[in-house]
Amino acid sequence: MCLVLFCIGLYCVLRKRNIIKIIIGLGIIEYAVNLFFVLIGYRTHGRAPILAKDQQILNMVDPLPQALVLTSIVIGLAVTALIVAIAIRIYEKYGTFDITKINRLKG
Amino acid sequence: MGPLMELQLLLLFMIFAAVVAVEVEDLLSSVIAVGAVGLGLSLVFLILKAPDLAITQLVVEILCLIILIRATIKKDLPLLRDGRWLFNTTSTLVFIALFLIFAYFALKELPGFGQPIMRVAKEYINNGLGKTGATNIVASIILDFRGYDTLGEATILFTAVMGVLAVIRSVGRIKDEK
Amino acid sequence: MKNNKTGMTLIVKTITRLTVGLILLYGIYIVLHGHISPGGGFAGGVIIALSFIHLMLAFGRETALKKLSQTAASVLESLGALMFLAIALLGFLGGCLFFNFFLHKGKPFDLFSAGIIPLCNIAISLEVGAGLFAIFAALILFKGLGKEE
Repeated sequence: MCLVLFCIGLYCVLRKRNIIKIIIGLGIIEYAVNLFFVLIGYRTHGRAPILAKDQQILNMVDPLPQALVLTSIVIGLAVTALIVAIAIRIYEKYGTFDITKINRLKG
Repeated sequence: MGPLMELQLLLLFMIFAAVVAVEVEDLLSSVIAVGAVGLGLSLVFLILKAPDLAITQLVVEILCLIILIRATIKKDLPLLRDGRWLFNTTSTLVFIALFLIFAYFALKELPGFGQPIMRVAKEYINNGLGKTGATNIVASIILDFRGYDTLGEATILFTAVMGVLAVIRSVGRIKDEK
Repeated sequence: MKNNKTGMTLIVKTITRLTVGLILLYGIYIVLHGHISPGGGFAGGVIIALSFIHLMLAFGRETALKKLSQTAASVLESLGALMFLAIALLGFLGGCLFFNFFLHKGKPFDLFSAGIIPLCNIAISLEVGAGLFAIFAALILFKGLGKEE
């Protein structure tokens, strides 16, 4: 089911002309990929991977994909911040957000 | 793919909000719709029993929204002209169909929905409390068993902050010259 | 609209005065209890940065810069990154058996158990919080909040 979310984001990145829409599409792709990772590591009727007082280790969900996705969420934030800064800079220089008009490679 | 009804319902809500975010012309409404997708994702993480991720996703989503709204608050909306519409749409659909075919072949190899293969994670769960003394197993994984990944991530964040400061600063210099 | 020269309306300013301290305290709690309950360094650092950003959004840029100037934010961020690097290198140079034992592993539910994990959490939260605040102090600098053209 999260493949549908990924495809919506992919369509948005490929087809839209506004830079902000492209950034939104990248955000949707990132959410879909994180969701996919966490869905892989789920055990039916598992428990959260945090031990409570005097309780044996039964049936937990997989903690390894959760560690990876924790890193990935923060990296997604860094990438989005950098892209938005570049987009603001592009708007300063060209006066528009349309990507078909931004095609001059001067310094 | 899931036996839980709330999971399916939340996924449908997220898909609907994503479609709204992509198609609506107004930039501010699209950004708010992306915020709704992120909030739904945080709730899905709670249902999938991952509390660390839910907290982190929620606060990072709020920060992302603030940054995006800062970028769109006084930029005008250009008209979305559609040139060569038919060719663009068909090529995009062909590409997405190709991707779906490969994804189907790749996803058949995964284990079923509720039974993960936890060969490495069993070691971490069984020895986590004994070796590190931390009760939060995810925290002991990212900081003790796999600390190098966290070092790399701190480096990435540092570099991103440097990059943003470098890009924004030349804006100021041009404005001062005018 | 009852605006001063900078910042937002009076309602936002009053509520901000009440809640900014609570947000900062909650962020420090999540960072310090990172090895007992969910959270950890990254989410806690982002919450601490959010408290300063809240101050900046509601009161305008100058008041927030009086609390934490820009050079101080850069210094704090570099300090956080260097602290994390130092802790990692201490494990490498001090022999692989001493990495986790110089902070004595206490009983599992104490605040000071689990070796060096709380120190790592604090270092990461310093770096993330100060870095995100520096990004915002730079982004809001040249344009105000979009109200003046």
